[in-house]
Amino acid sequence: MEAASVTAPAALGHTRRFGDRIGDAVLHVITALAALLGVVTVFAIIWRVFVGAWPAIKAFHLDFVTDNVWNAPLNQFGARDLILGTLITSFGAMLIAAPLSIAIGLFLSELAPPAVRGPVGTLVEMLAAVPSVVVGLWGIFVLAPFNAQHVQPFLSSFLGWIPIFANGQDKVASTVFTAMIVLTMMTIPITSSICRELFLGVPDELEEASIGLGATRWEMVRTVIVPSVRGGVVAAVILGLGRALGEAIAVSQVIGNFIPLKRSIFEPGDTLASRVAGQYQGAVTNLQISALIYLAAILLVITFISNLLAQRIVKRFEFQQAGGE
Amino acid sequence: MDAPAPAISLRATGRSRRRLLVNRLAELAATLAAAVAVGALIVLIWSVAMKGLDALNWDFFTKGPAVFGQAGGGVAPALVGSLLLVGIATAIALPFGVLAAIYVSEFAPRRLAEQVRLWLDVLNGFPSIVIGIFVFALCVKVSVPVVGWGHHQSAFAGGLALAIIMLPLVARATMEVLQLVPNHLREASYALGVSKWQTVLRVVLPTSFGGILTGTTLAIARAAGETAPLLFTCAIAGQIVDWNPTHSVQSIPLMIFQNSESPDPALQAQAWAGAFVLIVFVLVTSLTARFLFDRSRKKLGLTR
Repeated sequence: MEAASVTAPAALGHTRRFGDRIGDAVLHVITALAALLGVVTVFAIIWRVFVGAWPAIKAFHLDFVTDNVWNAPLNQFGARDLILGTLITSFGAMLIAAPLSIAIGLFLSELAPPAVRGPVGTLVEMLAAVPSVVVGLWGIFVLAPFNAQHVQPFLSSFLGWIPIFANGQDKVASTVFTAMIVLTMMTIPITSSICRELFLGVPDELEEASIGLGATRWEMVRTVIVPSVRGGVVAAVILGLGRALGEAIAVSQVIGNFIPLKRSIFEPGDTLASRVAGQYQGAVTNLQISALIYLAAILLVITFISNLLAQRIVKRFEFQQAGGE
Repeated sequence: MDAPAPAISLRATGRSRRRLLVNRLAELAATLAAAVAVGALIVLIWSVAMKGLDALNWDFFTKGPAVFGQAGGGVAPALVGSLLLVGIATAIALPFGVLAAIYVSEFAPRRLAEQVRLWLDVLNGFPSIVIGIFVFALCVKVSVPVVGWGHHQSAFAGGLALAIIMLPLVARATMEVLQLVPNHLREASYALGVSKWQTVLRVVLPTSFGGILTGTTLAIARAAGETAPLLFTCAIAGQIVDWNPTHSVQSIPLMIFQNSESPDPALQAQAWAGAFVLIVFVLVTSLTARFLFDRSRKKLGLTR
């Protein structure tokens, strides 16, 4: 025993190969550096974007957020209606997408027969895999004309007395409304697949107990499932919102890239991301480039807040599910 | 009233009838919602397939763009460019993503692991256009180039932007599959006197190979269709097939974006054909990934 304790370190040192002795430390350091790089990238993005926006921030200060002008030759830039457009299209899209996604989640987790569940779930998820530029292409040539010819006259004949549904100029295909529908299609797969997982996570015993007490399926959903996953559903909707806020390509293809914003959603508009995307070839002066980066910085702040919010909610929700208080 | 009325009617009346009706309506609404989503996908794929197949021919894959005003021509430079861009992105994102995931699930203390995961999720939530702007500011438009190829758009800059999109996807997928590797495999390896790094490289990684492949495939599918990160990093390019990563190259998503806003029907047709090729690529890779994932789960003895 005593001899062993004296000789062991030396013996180990000889029998273990060099690689084994330093291998653990080396792999630990290499992997830690890779993880660090991922985290550093986040802060590098924030830093670099604000540095790039600095000339514009110095030139326009926070007036940039409230001014509403985009005149490159005169070097006048302001983002008010771009911010408004971003919020209107994204929240409008979530207003349609949230109930639809929850309903799809319920259908896939509670209603659909097993043979339908798999294929329909796969199809909905495949919608998420369609690249945004393809959705945008479809938006320009199929959805926008359809909206202009059928949906818009229909809606404004019923709701036209409300200013936001008023008939726009005739035959305008690129509208805020079309952008909303495109964003709806792009957020549904994200939100609905999270909702489905949440609903599936509700313990079967609870659901069965409720049915056993004579509740209808809908009453079971309302009284058992909804209360136990409310936080998660909110987080799922915010995650969808984050995607909608940042979508540049598809929106820029269908929205018409026009400010000032009109009062009706059947008129062209623009968003932060779409304005940045639309100007990629036209930006020449340093101030204009910097103003574009300023737009990206505002977008970054908005999506950053919405993402952190969603993660907070998810975390609290997981905590509650784990039985903590 | 010839027959005696039954003492208790089994027909739902009044309140229960209303409850059943509400239930029916709710079920109908949920089913309709699913039908709308699936319908939208089918309409979308149908129009892309119809319009895309029309414009698809052999020249599309092998020739460069036609001289202005002439018919015909193809998108060979864009195909090659996309391949190059996605290749560069994968070469960067795959090693870093897998290594970061190994750190989180094998080495890091719990609190640090949570932090890394959080920031990777934040990175995943950044709009792709912002990532494009970041790479633009980092190595395209700078007074002092940070990265060697700086000062102009290049396939390298575009690939870097796509890699930043792929990194969190690869890392998240790898983390999840590493956590599925049963602990008794690790313990068995330790019991045989194998050191930790060898256990990670020779036991844990090979076991989770299928899952890592799935995550990478999904990330590639996503990167192949991204347009926004390329707008400021790799958008203004020549019309010839170019394999040089220090040059700006064409790409399929950007070709679709530019042609979709062109009034020329021939260019629009090319956009549809490009969309068809892209969508087939993305859907096939996604479905393959799903298949690989199911298989690797089965190999680990897990069933859904």
